Amino acid sequence: MFFRENGQFKSTYRADMQLLPIVQDRYFMLAIVALAFVAVPYLASDYLFLSIINPFLILTFAAIGLNLLVGYCGQISIGHAAFMAWGAYAAYNLVQRVPMLNFLVVLVLAGLVAALVGMFFGIPSLRIKGLYLAVATLAAQFFTDWIFARVKWFTNYAHSGSVSTAPVNLFGWTIDSPSEKYVFLLGVLIVFTVIARNLVRGHLGRAWMATRDMDVAAEVIGIRPVYAKLTAFGVSSFYCGIAGALWGFFHLGSWEPLAFDLNLSFSLLFMIIIGGMGSILGSYLGAAFIVALPIALNQIPEKMGVPLSTAMATNVEFMIFGSLIVLFLVLEPHGLARLWAIGKEKLRLWPFPH
Amino acid sequence: MKRTLKGMLAVAACAAAASLATSGTALAQAGEQFFPVLVYRTGAYAPNGVPWANGYVDYLKLVNARDGGINGVKITFEECETGYATDRGVECYERLKGKGPTGGTTFQPLSTGITFALTDKSFADHIPLITAGYGRADSVDGSVFGWNFPIGGTYWDAADILVQHVGKKLGGVDKLKGKKIALVYHDSPYGKEPIALLQERAKMHGFELILLPVTHPGVEQKATWLQIRQQRPDYVFLWGWGVMNSTAIKEAVATGYPRDKMYGVWWSGAEPDVVPAGDGAKGYNALVFLAPAGKGAVHADIVKYVYDKGQGTGKKEDIGEVLYNRGMVSAMFGVEGVRKAQEKFGKKPLTGEQVRWGLEHLTITPDMIKKLGMTGFMEPVKTSCENHEGAHAAMIETWDGKKWNVVPNSRYESDMKILGPMIQASAKKYAEEKKLTTRDCSKEDGA
Repeated sequence: MFFRENGQFKSTYRADMQLLPIVQDRYFMLAIVALAFVAVPYLASDYLFLSIINPFLILTFAAIGLNLLVGYCGQISIGHAAFMAWGAYAAYNLVQRVPMLNFLVVLVLAGLVAALVGMFFGIPSLRIKGLYLAVATLAAQFFTDWIFARVKWFTNYAHSGSVSTAPVNLFGWTIDSPSEKYVFLLGVLIVFTVIARNLVRGHLGRAWMATRDMDVAAEVIGIRPVYAKLTAFGVSSFYCGIAGALWGFFHLGSWEPLAFDLNLSFSLLFMIIIGGMGSILGSYLGAAFIVALPIALNQIPEKMGVPLSTAMATNVEFMIFGSLIVLFLVLEPHGLARLWAIGKEKLRLWPFPH
Repeated sequence: MKRTLKGMLAVAACAAAASLATSGTALAQAGEQFFPVLVYRTGAYAPNGVPWANGYVDYLKLVNARDGGINGVKITFEECETGYATDRGVECYERLKGKGPTGGTTFQPLSTGITFALTDKSFADHIPLITAGYGRADSVDGSVFGWNFPIGGTYWDAADILVQHVGKKLGGVDKLKGKKIALVYHDSPYGKEPIALLQERAKMHGFELILLPVTHPGVEQKATWLQIRQQRPDYVFLWGWGVMNSTAIKEAVATGYPRDKMYGVWWSGAEPDVVPAGDGAKGYNALVFLAPAGKGAVHADIVKYVYDKGQGTGKKEDIGEVLYNRGMVSAMFGVEGVRKAQEKFGKKPLTGEQVRWGLEHLTITPDMIKKLGMTGFMEPVKTSCENHEGAHAAMIETWDGKKWNVVPNSRYESDMKILGPMIQASAKKYAEEKKLTTRDCSKEDGA
């Protein structure tokens, strides 16, 4: 009833091709963005920012990156935490060694470094597919762990291999309070979300999706697999590199190679599987699920006044979290984003389904 | 009998005075000092995390039950499970730092990785971080690391003392020339921390240092011990945690490496580390900043005031284990820091900033140790604004198959002539990296 495009006529190609063709959708999205920028900084507590919202924003960023590769181009990678590590260490070294660079420039350069490394490790994808490729990307993970733990230059000869960063300064604005970090992260994320949305519906995204759906057919219609696959690896790693730099500078503050271990790679993969492969929205939903749910589950027994020992509460958290993952995958194998799409479809017909 | 009666009267009087004081003042001042407790009771490191957490919490309970809190200010506490993971540790920190009337008193994460992450936050949040026997070695320098307190010793002290000990066994550190020492370490900031000091010592004495990292959690060490078999080092220093320690000892048995040539750091010298290896662990040595397992007057109090009332955190039989005692002493540092700060700021809940003053003016004399019931469980401590460590002595202990025994005449102090400049240089580098302004300790007000 409310969610219907009746009477919304498009008279130009431009209007027909916009990101959110339905007016209600557009207003809804604008309202959310406005709320996120204006209201949330005043409403949320520091704890909420530092433990849930900010990590959620950064991991969403990384999940979008991984989704471009796995969801859109169909190349499985279980080494994406490695590309985050490259971004983080590249940013750290740039800030340490070239202090006059603006942080935004550092971010882009860190992304480019990660993109180069990602493309290098994407080369095997030209020959191998599916699970075999996944195993090959594992090499990126272990190689990265090794290089940052062993080559002292990358960590500026820190004696325990742990690096730390100063608060970021941007045009005289020192971003150190939780809400300032939030505003900055949100801004960066929105810009790159829009870019990603446009990428996947442009010629590059179409090439990726064609490769995903059937690579032989894609080749026949003139899409070069080398180009499609390597750009997917490059762009995906670029996103993850920036996410890694943000993770290091805005969330961790100081980190060791262990912060970007295989667990993080798996978490990213779970995010896009649960959120929805091949969906930007799914990256958001999946990241929220993986970041916030365990923390919430851990605190529920105490908030409800159930006296549970610390160890028990943690074990219960693992059990419920695990079963929820299974439950969601059984109910909707295409992820939370698909649930959202179904809801929207229903809403369109409501209250007169035919 | 008479003495106990008097003691009880005194406690009763104290409690009465405290309750009067609290009821007298406004309710807004709840009269509670909040101690956040970061623990890991699950995960790969739980066997070591649980006894430590039990000791820590039991001591806080004891102070409440026996003394009615710290000078009448009740202690409240809340546990949060970190699982030894840095990200969850940071989340716990954020969750607990603002609780209680004055926020978290002091954090003790029992993880070098979490310590590194929290060090960053301490500059903004002004909450002291006590890392008794672990954490960053350079955080001894209080002028840069204003909120870290590695009270009682760091990994550089530990490494230094181990080198001194093997040197002495050979008949002088100069005899180390041409020898080989292998460091088998947990491949994390924790395990890497001693490397800088060992390299310095290796340069001084001319021994060869072989670095053998072991990846988390440390159950796979075949390759490491193959290298030991090939290179035959004269000594092996073990810098492990959790299951890595017992695995290393088992591998040493399998390779036939003599256990009495193996020296563990403080965190590789507790019961969970040697018991799984069975008889094979006999003769294995470890470093102790405090006495090994055992019970003193304070344990009797814990049994009397906490366990006999059904308030115990763990099992009664486990009281007095090495890690239990460490947790207990760590909690004591926090409590005594608050007590000292109360002398200056009054007997009320104190903020982290005020507690830092207390921790910086902590003087625990042998007399006080006796009063605390911890004779033989710790070294006297004296901290200051520049020196956040307070003591840097340790002993060597040996496992005889049943219990840990201190090696006679094995008390060493680390050589500050070597450590001092290294600490300063490292702290200075950190300050530059983080663009920190250092404190001028001579300008801070004295005791």
